[in-house]
Amino acid sequence: MTRLRAWHLVAGTAALAVLAAWSLFVGVSDLTLAGLLDGRPDDVRVLVESRLPRLVAILLAGTAMSVAGLVMMHLVGNRFVTPSTAGTTESATFGVLVATLLAGGEALIVKMAMAVAFALLGTFFFMAVLRRLTFRDMMLVPLAGIMFGGVIGAATMFVAYRADLLQSLGAWTAGDFSGVLRGRYELLWIAGAVTVLGYLYADRFTVAGLGRSFAINLGVRYDRVVNTGLVLAAVITAVVVVTVGEVPFVSLIVPNLVTMALGDNLRYALPATALTGALFVLLCDILGRVVRFPYEIPVSTVLGVIGSAVFLTLLGGGKRMGLR
Amino acid sequence: MIEIKDVTKRYGDTTVVDRVSLTIRPGGVTSVIGANGAGKSTLLSIISRLIPADAGTVTVDGLDVATTPGELLARRLAVLRQDNHMSVRLTVRELVAFGRFPHSGGRLTARDHELVDEAIGYFELDGLADRHLDQLSGGQRQRAYVAMVLCQDTDYVLLDEPLNNLDMRHAVHMMRRVRRMADDFGKTVVLVVHDINFASCHSDTIVAMRDGAVIAQGSTAEMMRPELLREVYDLDIGVHEIGGSRIGVYFS
Repeated sequence: MTRLRAWHLVAGTAALAVLAAWSLFVGVSDLTLAGLLDGRPDDVRVLVESRLPRLVAILLAGTAMSVAGLVMMHLVGNRFVTPSTAGTTESATFGVLVATLLAGGEALIVKMAMAVAFALLGTFFFMAVLRRLTFRDMMLVPLAGIMFGGVIGAATMFVAYRADLLQSLGAWTAGDFSGVLRGRYELLWIAGAVTVLGYLYADRFTVAGLGRSFAINLGVRYDRVVNTGLVLAAVITAVVVVTVGEVPFVSLIVPNLVTMALGDNLRYALPATALTGALFVLLCDILGRVVRFPYEIPVSTVLGVIGSAVFLTLLGGGKRMGLR
Repeated sequence: MIEIKDVTKRYGDTTVVDRVSLTIRPGGVTSVIGANGAGKSTLLSIISRLIPADAGTVTVDGLDVATTPGELLARRLAVLRQDNHMSVRLTVRELVAFGRFPHSGGRLTARDHELVDEAIGYFELDGLADRHLDQLSGGQRQRAYVAMVLCQDTDYVLLDEPLNNLDMRHAVHMMRRVRRMADDFGKTVVLVVHDINFASCHSDTIVAMRDGAVIAQGSTAEMMRPELLREVYDLDIGVHEIGGSRIGVYFS
């Protein structure tokens, strides 16, 4: 097994810094280093109003979503149960729709509150169903979760159709960072803060992942810790859905790749997952920006293509790599 | 001292533990024997607060297990259940180190690391310490689990079928280690054991259960009698003195 070494983190952070710096200069508006150094007002404005917020949003969303996935799969004890395969994401989207119907499109706080409430409801409902399921097959459980998400997605679609909001729905669900401007992404800091909180819980999460009796034996309040983790995952998902939309596959493949290499001790896996998630989403976003320059491909599309390819590889080679 | 008073547990209409009262004195090895479904494991789980009793109380050194904070109890009493399905990928060393969690949280001290190494050595896991649990055989995993419980360094150690998955050599070694945990470290060990001869050779006290009730309790010599064993198992078991131990013969 590979151990997490300091140089892994250093190398990862360095790669992230390079990509991040590069990402600031990728875009339609002409922004050059020389211009910035000269202090040209246009360049500075583009940087402060658009490029920097976008970068921060990407890093926060990528980090938070991967950590949400890691915590959820670990606590459920199934590597394929993540916010995107347990109905959490779809529930959050439903919440956004309901908030829009009730309070109009602009009330961001209402949207977020609703998204969080629905994400929590959906997640805990699915967990309650999971406890009653007699099959515990590694693949069937996430399949049930995907079906559950599908049902919620259908209900969302139906309500949106009736309310003539289908187009807006399309805009929210496709995760996209191109609309991120200063003043429109700051809620993501909440997801960032919740992620840090998750790190403080890392050991307790690991212990809870050992199973109920191990956790109780070691003096960990099992139910409380599991619920904390699920709330954390639901809140992160909801915040990301509200601010940038659904970012598919990140919460599924990043934690799986990291734990395959480093094992399930969250003390090490969690920071590594956070870093890898940020790297992965940033890379995909830059790709979406340069592939058809000057047009942009939404990051959700890029993630969908790359993510599904990685996921299929994981499934195919899973057994060999110790992923049952 | 573990004091069990009128403990009852029901699942639906079935009473699996029926008004059990029992005192386990500090020190020594106590084995709980009985046929399948006699309620041994359930009783052990109730003592170790893994499942709540429907009625009655259990106290460990005066602490009621139902109300004492879990983290406090985790420094007094350790338990290992029988079936441990673990899908988590940890190394043996990481798992054993979590035995120190009740004492140090996640931050291990130098002393903690010593104890971890000691427990790993004690169960001959040195060569496997950096392997993932899912790469081990059932018996190796079982040893890793018990090593974790030993590392927890509690006064009371409760083990449900610790010989599960172990071959003869490792089973004997496990029982000798259990014995030494009591003799050298002064721990109070309570075991659920299927093999009466392991119980006979390595324990001080035997508790016999049948249909959820404790039907007899006494020293090994008192308990290893054909009449009593017949009552416990519904089976004719001849008892012979071999090499200073009472051995039950029931194979033919």
